[in-house]
Amino acid sequence: MADSSLQQPIATAGPKSQGATFQWGKWLLVAFVFGFLGLILLVPTLNVFVQAFKGGLPGLLDTFTNKFFLNAVKLTVITAAITVPLNTVFGLCAALSLANKNFPGRALLISIIDLPFSISPVVAGLMLVLLFGNRGWFGPLLDANGIKIIFALPGIVMASIFITMPFIAREVLPALEEAGTQQEEAAATLGATQWQTFWRVTLPSIKWSLLYGLILTNARAMGEFGAVTVVSGNIVGKTQTLPLFIEEAHTQYNSQGAYTAALLLACLAVVTLVVKFVLERGAGIQSKSH
Amino acid sequence: MTSSPPSSSPGLWHKILHAPWTWRVTWFYLILFLFLPMAALVLKSLTLNPAEIWRIATDPVAISTYNVTFFTALVASIINGFAGLIIAWVLVRYEFPGKRFLDAIIDLPFALPTAVAGLTLSTIYSTNGWIGGFLEPFGIKVSFTRLGVLVAMIFIALPFSVRTVQPVLQDMESEMEEAAWSMGASQWQTFRRVILPPLMPAILTGVAMGFSRAVGEYGSVVIIAGNIPFQDLIAPVLIVQRLEQFDYAGATVIGTVLLLISLVALLVINLIQARGRRFYG
Repeated sequence: MADSSLQQPIATAGPKSQGATFQWGKWLLVAFVFGFLGLILLVPTLNVFVQAFKGGLPGLLDTFTNKFFLNAVKLTVITAAITVPLNTVFGLCAALSLANKNFPGRALLISIIDLPFSISPVVAGLMLVLLFGNRGWFGPLLDANGIKIIFALPGIVMASIFITMPFIAREVLPALEEAGTQQEEAAATLGATQWQTFWRVTLPSIKWSLLYGLILTNARAMGEFGAVTVVSGNIVGKTQTLPLFIEEAHTQYNSQGAYTAALLLACLAVVTLVVKFVLERGAGIQSKSH
Repeated sequence: MTSSPPSSSPGLWHKILHAPWTWRVTWFYLILFLFLPMAALVLKSLTLNPAEIWRIATDPVAISTYNVTFFTALVASIINGFAGLIIAWVLVRYEFPGKRFLDAIIDLPFALPTAVAGLTLSTIYSTNGWIGGFLEPFGIKVSFTRLGVLVAMIFIALPFSVRTVQPVLQDMESEMEEAAWSMGASQWQTFRRVILPPLMPAILTGVAMGFSRAVGEYGSVVIIAGNIPFQDLIAPVLIVQRLEQFDYAGATVIGTVLLLISLVALLVINLIQARGRRFYG
């Protein structure tokens, strides 16, 4: 990874940005970008806020007292509260196992960890149904013991875990590689235990990447729709998360309800982007595609 | 945690038992939450007989959903390939007011839940929405048509095309460009012969990643589309419909087709990146 701070000198050194004759070309492209992003990203996002406040404060409060809405909020928060810590442990372990090591199959293992990003969320949900559904592989066994996974919280959590599995490992791994092993080795030489080395040396060097991974995992876990649709059964007031509430309110022409729930999730997205922006400026986390 | 080369070659069990605990957690988690579900899908499709699989996979409704899904995803990712290149170019090379803001909101589709995206896009692009109302006099309908599917797919896949090209463009040396420029190459020639070739692997990677994401997309599309077979029904929505009818075999076969396509897309992405590294270091 080359240093991305090279951006500044290049931004002004390009021959095209200097010749006054080409300025119209620049502004044409800038106008295109504003137009395209406006139509695809900006206007739709603004619309969420406009529609949510269309009915004024009473409209918003009306939804906020709806018990199915409150149940959806609760379920979404619980799901994220279980998914994020579990995936954090996994992400850290995977990154620690892979960083600064060379072994055959390492690249393959990284691809495997990334796999959930390539699989359609609906297919991920389908896999869980085939495994734990009442006609699935473990269906009879779970039935006999009275354990419900599909159409219940465990299924929703497993679907969220599947979808968000790669985020933390993917953010932390490059940070660990960049930090190198010298400091850890020094700590070990000075008699620190593995835990001490982790808490005092490793963790501080990856904290911003870890935080960014946490934020992404949380945003995706709270917003996951496709996989959760398949495993939750969408039982109103029981297994309905916020994204499912949005769809149901929308199909029942309850625009205010749909947009109030959308407002909450849009605020979550804005917070996610602001945190990312701050981390990128302050801690040099690089933008990358997911 | 460093593994010292053992004197006698240890067995697999020895290796597993003596692996660092971070390794054991990683593999336990992968097996439980990733391999087991994937195995369930593969095993389920193996229990169906080939004639049955063929009948379900080539059912006219299924074929029409492949057409809608793959064709629309391809068009969306190609549009994003061009738009992403221009956006990355503008963000790296130019200074203008609002640049940082634009750069920050590129990731919005990663952060905004797909249900929210589908909801707001379907409102805006409906015939009485802000943008849809403007298009309606021209006879263009977006929401509840294939065009709506396209808009949703462009939305969710856009960041891939920008974020793959942007870092490559940032790291690109301007010396070659200046050399071409000083030797009298036109702006277009410089772009096509000097700038574009090293960017191609990144552009193609972005297109392939966007395609892969668009093919699997469910949330935003199910809300903006009418979900009518032969018109705008996509494969992931068909899987959900089959499951709602408790047709597990149908859902499994179509799910396996989608899974195979995702794996092929992943392979293509890796090949493009490997080639890119070989040629442009």
